[in-house]
Amino acid sequence: MGSRSSHAAVIPDADSIRRETGFSQASLLRLYHRFRALDRNKKGYLSRMDLQQIGALAVNPLGDRIIESFFPDGSQQVDFPGFVRVLAHFRPVEDEDTETQDPKKPEPLNSRRNKLHYAFQLYDLDRDGKISRHEMLQVLRLMVGVQVTEEQLENIADRTVQEADEDGDGAVSFVEFTKSLEKMDVEQKMSIRILK
Amino acid sequence: MALQMLVTFSPWNCLLLLVALECSEASSDLNESANSTAQYAPNAWFAAASSEPDERISVFELDYDYVQIPYEVTLWILLASLAKIGFHLYRRLPGLMPESCLLILVGALVGSIIFGTDHKSPPVMDSSIYFLYLLPPIVLEGGYFMPTRPFFENIGSILWWAVLGALINALGIGLSLYFICQVKAFGLGDVNLLQNLLFGSLISAVDPVAVLAVFEEARVNEQLYMMIFGEALLNDGITVITACAVTMKKYVEENVSQTSYTTIKYFMKMLSSVSETLIFIFMGVSTVGKNHEWNWAFICFTLAFCQIWRAISVFALFYISNQFRTFPFSIKDQCIIFYSGVRGAGSFSLAFLLPLSLFPRKKMFVTATLVVIYFTVFIQGITIGPLVRYLDVKKTNKKESINEELHIRLMDHLKAGIEDVCGHWSHYQVRDKFKKFDHRYLRKILIRKNLPKSSIVSLYKKLEMKQAIEMVETGILSSTAFSIPHQAQRIQGIKRLSPEDVESIRDILTSNMYQVRQRTLSYNKYNLKPQTSEKQAKEILIRRQNTLRESMRKGHSLPWGKPAGTKNVRYLSFPYGNPQSAGRDTRAAEFSDDDSSDPGSPSIMFSALSRIGSLQKQEAQEIIPMKSLHRGRKAFSSGYQRNTSQEEYLGGVRRVALRPKPLFNAVDEEGESGGESEGKASLVEVQSRWTADRGHGRDHNRSHSPLLQKK
Repeated sequence: MGSRSSHAAVIPDADSIRRETGFSQASLLRLYHRFRALDRNKKGYLSRMDLQQIGALAVNPLGDRIIESFFPDGSQQVDFPGFVRVLAHFRPVEDEDTETQDPKKPEPLNSRRNKLHYAFQLYDLDRDGKISRHEMLQVLRLMVGVQVTEEQLENIADRTVQEADEDGDGAVSFVEFTKSLEKMDVEQKMSIRILK
Repeated sequence: MALQMLVTFSPWNCLLLLVALECSEASSDLNESANSTAQYAPNAWFAAASSEPDERISVFELDYDYVQIPYEVTLWILLASLAKIGFHLYRRLPGLMPESCLLILVGALVGSIIFGTDHKSPPVMDSSIYFLYLLPPIVLEGGYFMPTRPFFENIGSILWWAVLGALINALGIGLSLYFICQVKAFGLGDVNLLQNLLFGSLISAVDPVAVLAVFEEARVNEQLYMMIFGEALLNDGITVITACAVTMKKYVEENVSQTSYTTIKYFMKMLSSVSETLIFIFMGVSTVGKNHEWNWAFICFTLAFCQIWRAISVFALFYISNQFRTFPFSIKDQCIIFYSGVRGAGSFSLAFLLPLSLFPRKKMFVTATLVVIYFTVFIQGITIGPLVRYLDVKKTNKKESINEELHIRLMDHLKAGIEDVCGHWSHYQVRDKFKKFDHRYLRKILIRKNLPKSSIVSLYKKLEMKQAIEMVETGILSSTAFSIPHQAQRIQGIKRLSPEDVESIRDILTSNMYQVRQRTLSYNKYNLKPQTSEKQAKEILIRRQNTLRESMRKGHSLPWGKPAGTKNVRYLSFPYGNPQSAGRDTRAAEFSDDDSSDPGSPSIMFSALSRIGSLQKQEAQEIIPMKSLHRGRKAFSSGYQRNTSQEEYLGGVRRVALRPKPLFNAVDEEGESGGESEGKASLVEVQSRWTADRGHGRDHNRSHSPLLQKK
């Protein structure tokens, strides 16, 4: 493991990344190795294609959207900090995080709110801050087998929006989204053990 | 198909059974003389008439002893197969009890039949038969189907647990029993220390694989699975063979065709199943008989100590190793490991093979072993399922709203996806080195150059073709199926749905949503791959293809609206046929359209592609020399010519790296995950590779069009 620790110096801006994301040094190192492994041509950044190489994502119904979430604002590349920033959403929440929360500091990336926001953005593709019925329908299509008819899907989409929509605008805003999931243990669902 | 074959035997079996019973009654009265053919129903066949009229011609003779052994063995096997089939046909049963339960029952049944008819002694199993014939197939099958990656990632823990655990158990049980034997009251004074220790070691051998089938129901996490599995493997004493099997498997699989691959798989499973069945039958047969010595004290204490020592070893060892593990095992996990200490055929065989000379009280040992096995298999085996479920899942019965259902599923998928992005974390350096070595040298030597096309590839291709043809003929049909992002939102009044409607909607949703990909490879000794996940994967991939094609046709990439003017089109180079030129690092043959110089033979395809209007035609010629497809393509391409939108071709452009089944040399990741999943390997992975290759290049190159129009 001696040679491992020397790699730590190789990660650019390691400290600022750690502060921002809250990853431990070891995790960060592992993520860095993973980043390098995914980066086929050693370009120093990841492109969409690199992520599409992950075969398991191709058979994930949300694979495309997950990949897309790594490239905010239409960029074509994601560097290591960006990569880590997305993954930071999935850090398990520790109690200490919330207790010693300095009110002035920005919310940690793996807070419940930020996790939900990440999920929300998977639905809300046009980034207008609302999940329209249409967007809901699209997600449904992705996630449901082909034997369900279009009308059934539309019904489901209608019903879903209707349930969550409180102000009657036919779309689900982030607040409404959060509210509909208040009983759900989001922190546990959207945490990955190994990302401590 | 094997199923049907065996089922047709059943009328024969009834017949056989009847005949057998009859004959075994009759044989003790009959006198032998020669003359029976050695087929399945030898006894009822007539002897050929001889030509000598003087001698008495025996028209009907029974010579049971002659055929006894093969006959009985075959009968047993047939019975066991029937039982197994029945077992699996009745869906719920495998989840309730391990299959070994059933086998033991069958064995006991057969044993009682034989015993009841007061036959001559059943065929004796001696050590040579066991070690030479019965054990190797089981061992080989275990090694072959072992999921290598997770195993080796956890190898430290597994070794620690299995080896030390076995030692502790063996010593502990042996010593405790020795002390018990010293107590005069039990009449066990003549059992010395050596015997006790030996007994301890053989009784501590567990066969938890039997229990793994029950685990399928509950989603135990991968690590737990691996621990138990590893323990089973190491307990069988197969380290050496495993090493061979593991290293061999990768290369074997890549070199054989799809059908051979399937054959190998099934054959191995069959062999090992037969072996295991035979062992259990021996066990059942010995149960019913006079070879027992029942000593209450010994047996009860044996049972007790087995449990106690296993508990001690589990909790102690894991307590220690948890300090070092990054992801410690919870108490629940440890309980499960403790409870999965089911003994199996291994212990029995060893007990049975104890030499009588050294072990005057051998019968007692055998009896004790049998009792332990029966107890653990039946009681622990049956209850472990509910136990796991109880420990794992505390379900709330409250029904969730549709929103929650959907979002929960979404999050599960999301989590699985991000986990895949993170990949497996382990000792990178050693693995990387090995992989480099592997790619550079071993593969060159061991893997054939022109790899056979898999039938799945062609099936998928056909699917694409059909869809493409449909598209052309009905003139951009699927636009109705997929809504366009910019389409105005439909204004819908909010319908108030009745509760029943809601219910039905929810049910539709729940039952039709895609399953989250299981990361624990469902290694199941008794089953090979399930079919549903393949169907699901296929649907997802096809849908993805459609979406890509659609979006390209609309002139902008997917809904997340990237500008369509980007230059670089990247193709994954085609490693097929050129493992060394397409080294790991140069896999992505990146080139813009202007540059048609070929970095190597794989790219011949690409330059050809850019030159020809019907890209797929070229592809077909290169990859699959199938006439039908070729013809199909002609129609297709002409159809496309009619079509105004040039971008449609680009759907074809993406379809570049069509790779035959062995895709393990493609990309790092895929190499790993290829190695892991046995059952689902072929279909799912093949498709995942394709789409991985095809899926790139959302970037849409305008300069393609002028090139195409040139043609």
